[in-house]
Amino acid sequence: MAFHRLSTCAVALGEKGVALNEDTHSEILLHVNGVKHCLSVDNRTTLLDALRERVGHTGTKKGCDHGQCGACTVLCDGRRVVSCLMLAVAAEGAEVTTVEGLGGDGELLPIQQEFVRLDGFQCGYCTSGQICSAVGMLAEYAEGWPSAVTAPGSEPVLDAVEVRERMSGNLCRCGAYPSIVRAVLETAARGEVTG
Amino acid sequence: MSGAAPAVGVARPRVEGPAKVTGRARYAADVPMADLAFGIVVVSTVTRGRIRDIDVAAVQDMPGVLGVIDHRNAPRLNPDAGHFFGPDGGLQLLQDDVIPHAGRPVALVVAETLEQARAAAEALPVTYEVLPHDTDFSADHPAGRAAMALFDGPVDVGDVDRELAASAVVVRERYFTPEEHCSAMEPHSATAWWEGERLQAVDSNQGPFFIATVVATLFSLPLEQVRIRTEHVGGGFGSKGLCGPQLVLAVMGAMHFARPVRVTLSRNQVFLTTAMRPAIEQMVRIGADDDGRLRAIHHEAAFELSPLAEYIEGCTELTKTLYATPALRTRLTAVPLDILPPYSMRGPGAAPGSFALECAMDEVAERLGIDPLELRLRNEPTVGPASGLPFSTRNLVACLREGARRFGWASRDHRPRMRREGPLLVGTGLAATSFSVGAFPSTASITAEPDGTFTVVVNATDLGTGARTALTAIAADALAVGAEKVRLRISDSDFGPAWSAGGSRGTTSWAWAITEAAAKLRSSGDQGTVTVDTAQLLNDLPSRERHSYSAVFAEVTVDPATGEVRVRRLLGMFAVGRVVNPLMARSQVIGGMIGGLSMALHEEGVRDPVSGRHINADFAGYHISAHADVPDIEADFVPDYEPGIPMGIKGAGEIGNVGTPAAIANAVWHATGSRQRALPIRPDRVIEEHPLQ
Amino acid sequence: MREFAYQRVTQVREALTLVAENDGSRYLAGGTNLVDLMKCGVEAPTRLVDVRSLPLGGVREGADGGLVIGATTTNSDVAAHPEVRRRFPALSQAVLAGASGQLRNMATVGGNLLQRTRCAYFADPSQACNKRVPGTGCSAVDGAHHNHAVFGWSRHCVATHPSDMAVALAAFDAVVHYETLDGGGEIPLSEFYPPVGDTPQQETVLPSGALITAVSLPKAALSPWSRYRKVRDRASYAFANVSIAADLGVHDGVVRDVRIALGGVASQPWRARSAEAFLRGGPASFGTVPGGG
Repeated sequence: MAFHRLSTCAVALGEKGVALNEDTHSEILLHVNGVKHCLSVDNRTTLLDALRERVGHTGTKKGCDHGQCGACTVLCDGRRVVSCLMLAVAAEGAEVTTVEGLGGDGELLPIQQEFVRLDGFQCGYCTSGQICSAVGMLAEYAEGWPSAVTAPGSEPVLDAVEVRERMSGNLCRCGAYPSIVRAVLETAARGEVTG
Repeated sequence: MSGAAPAVGVARPRVEGPAKVTGRARYAADVPMADLAFGIVVVSTVTRGRIRDIDVAAVQDMPGVLGVIDHRNAPRLNPDAGHFFGPDGGLQLLQDDVIPHAGRPVALVVAETLEQARAAAEALPVTYEVLPHDTDFSADHPAGRAAMALFDGPVDVGDVDRELAASAVVVRERYFTPEEHCSAMEPHSATAWWEGERLQAVDSNQGPFFIATVVATLFSLPLEQVRIRTEHVGGGFGSKGLCGPQLVLAVMGAMHFARPVRVTLSRNQVFLTTAMRPAIEQMVRIGADDDGRLRAIHHEAAFELSPLAEYIEGCTELTKTLYATPALRTRLTAVPLDILPPYSMRGPGAAPGSFALECAMDEVAERLGIDPLELRLRNEPTVGPASGLPFSTRNLVACLREGARRFGWASRDHRPRMRREGPLLVGTGLAATSFSVGAFPSTASITAEPDGTFTVVVNATDLGTGARTALTAIAADALAVGAEKVRLRISDSDFGPAWSAGGSRGTTSWAWAITEAAAKLRSSGDQGTVTVDTAQLLNDLPSRERHSYSAVFAEVTVDPATGEVRVRRLLGMFAVGRVVNPLMARSQVIGGMIGGLSMALHEEGVRDPVSGRHINADFAGYHISAHADVPDIEADFVPDYEPGIPMGIKGAGEIGNVGTPAAIANAVWHATGSRQRALPIRPDRVIEEHPLQ
Repeated sequence: MREFAYQRVTQVREALTLVAENDGSRYLAGGTNLVDLMKCGVEAPTRLVDVRSLPLGGVREGADGGLVIGATTTNSDVAAHPEVRRRFPALSQAVLAGASGQLRNMATVGGNLLQRTRCAYFADPSQACNKRVPGTGCSAVDGAHHNHAVFGWSRHCVATHPSDMAVALAAFDAVVHYETLDGGGEIPLSEFYPPVGDTPQQETVLPSGALITAVSLPKAALSPWSRYRKVRDRASYAFANVSIAADLGVHDGVVRDVRIALGGVASQPWRARSAEAFLRGGPASFGTVPGGG
């Protein structure tokens, strides 16, 4: 049997003085933004909480914790997912990219530049999710994936209607939607998503 | 120095933009904290009753659990603590065994980790004695009584009944809007701890100074002993204007466990425990002559509230100023029910009030067979119809005319159900509106630094409004320096008194204090530190009708076979005084219009008719507009200047929401020929039995 | 959420064994529904068996020329698959009409079929629900239920099945394949969800501990023009008020055959068999629709 637990990741258990039960806790190796983190986690810990509370990457936000808003969107092996419904133990083995890992040090990615230039946010709380979602969405589009508004039998063409449908899993209460759509289209027009 | 180009009026990206797109901007739940414990709130599952028992022993030994705070061991709170409307029983958490409404916090479970705290909170056995409840709102509810008259009090001008009797047409209709939730994307979070004698907290709120005064009163602490900070806030829309349960309970946790405690509400708890717009029923009667001149407006609104706290949903405020009429009657009725105390939600009073008034105006135009635009133009007042005061500025006509020109209104066939595109019906509608503006007392201080820069300290909060960026520009112009010379510090209760971000009065209030401080500093030769308080200046402001104005135009498609309504075009023209930053101001009013679209088509708190509890208290059940619901939106500004307020600015935070629901509802009528007098305009309210006819 | 053990498996037999040996075990795939319900306190497994590493992913041609969709294929991959789009466009459309891009990247075909109702009373452990706790009653029957079942409900439960994908699968007469420790089997989708009756807690006819391995589609649909249409309270990212998957075979202006399945109206994808019978053999025109113009 291939149990997931990795003996190579030796982490001191009993952190914070809590007795760790082998059945309900795991040692995992979490790959985040190119860095490997050895963590001992409660199996209940979601990827979102592991990123925020254990790895210290608080750029990923908790808006609903139930997959209903998209604020916690990250990329797992390049695909966008909601980190609130993914268990940290289930994310082991995947390359996780958060908003902190999108750009290099200093320079913003084209998508980030367009969000700033076109004012694609107000409060900014949904922004990291919107940006991660946009990066994943543009990759999906590049692979030819259709959406609910793509006419059956035809190939999708990325216009505002397509962007709106594909980004609908990211709610924004400030109402920055039109600017976000413009930022995504401008980024796509620049032909470079991640720089 | 004097050569600096003006910063006000220039479109600039937000100063915190790079931090927000890289995830570096820290919100309340993001602040790292050593030795942090996590508190999870447990809320009542009954709507009215008493707590029979909370079995703390059942969870005390669960892994990581530090303890439970409930009404038996919570610190005693001062019942005088309150808000704008007076003492607020909503703040009196964990003080007794009484359950006044569903979702009332009954305990705080604190543990070492989030997972452990959540597990224990879920496992905590709470039993109740259930008492009969009443959550059934209606305007004629026997408990209804006159609303508090702190503002939007009753008005009687002329003889409404005689004018209605003499009118060529009289429209009399009722309008209903449901409970709506602010639904900011950031759930309320607070972290509280003690540093020596001082209580410290990082909290998501709309004004840390005001919140600090509430906390100080509530916990009977001297104000100097309380420090509240709020760096980035993930939206508020009214729901973070109050001292929230997250903060009250985090402070209790820090007191009880003598270590930092973080309390973040779940999304469900944000719905159940933080401010909502009340359900509202309105009656509007309008009488007009054949030529469209109004003879009378009678507007009554009833809203629900809680016996725990006073509140005013000022639905009839804009009715007192928007149109000339010889007779005017307004009334506000409050109906106490067993519900969470309602509070201001973006565009309070005005958003639902405008829905009723502007739909009724559309019906008047329909009955008279005249252009709804023309009807508005014919009833421009020269002085406030209720106040008799002159208008400070009034640019509604400019908004209407320019909006109509851009929208192509002139080619509209005003008869309903005339446009078809395949299976779809198409219609257009408009609404005119206003939102009152002003300022509240605030302090600010400016220090001329030795290196030629200026440190500007004002207790503003940036909820996403762009306050940091706007106030930097205002300070730069007031000091006649480039924006790069200004270092702005905001959102720390230690910075002194200031109005909160709310009531569309944040920027005006803070800008006033900044410009005043800058003027003093300049007159003293740009040396040292100057601190000002604007309280006296505001008292000297002459009484005027001061408002922002807008005209909103909407085009919708309706599929009568399914009842689906889609907004295809939305255009708003705004008169909001001098525009500080056109990029951000446009974003803000467009955001408001999307809030209005969402209110028109989607938003509705649904209560279980048996238990009285909200059953859609999450983002899957309570729909706010998603990307796919929102078209590209045009918003622009007509030249405007408020002479009474420094720099000529007005508020723009809320007027975007106002007008949009009525414009959309009127467009749905134009498409289908059926009036929608209840929001939201759901498919089941629009669907037709014989759609092809 | 209660504590639980977690194990990731790479072989089907290993998965079946782990679930068979422990009553509280559940299969975990995308987790978009199960993890959510664990957070709500509706599900409380003691062990999760992560099946995403099983060799059950991908879409392939079956022996009979139909399509076989592996159980762990993500919704996104189903919707984007060229053969699904070409031969069964309503299925691609249905999948794309569900949830969001993020959730479709996580959710799998097997999990989609087994997802549970979004009835708010079911998701709230403080409300009575015969589906969650048999015998406690149904709060929704007398509650706020304007989006609940209109067909096939009983006093015991008025919940609807939330899947869009399953509605299209029902229209295509798909077949569900599963494995157990005692061997495998298959169930037509039309029989996969039993009537509600007085046992709303029995949501499928899968044998206990069974693992869905694949869903197969027939060699040919009636037409290459099948469609899925969904009506909901907002334009995207919402469950259906009602949805319809339809496929229509027309020859010489006559409806040779037709399949219609409705979503959001019953505890299972609801085949509109009377409507199908009414239309079959009749003229293919708008006038066929009763009340049509």
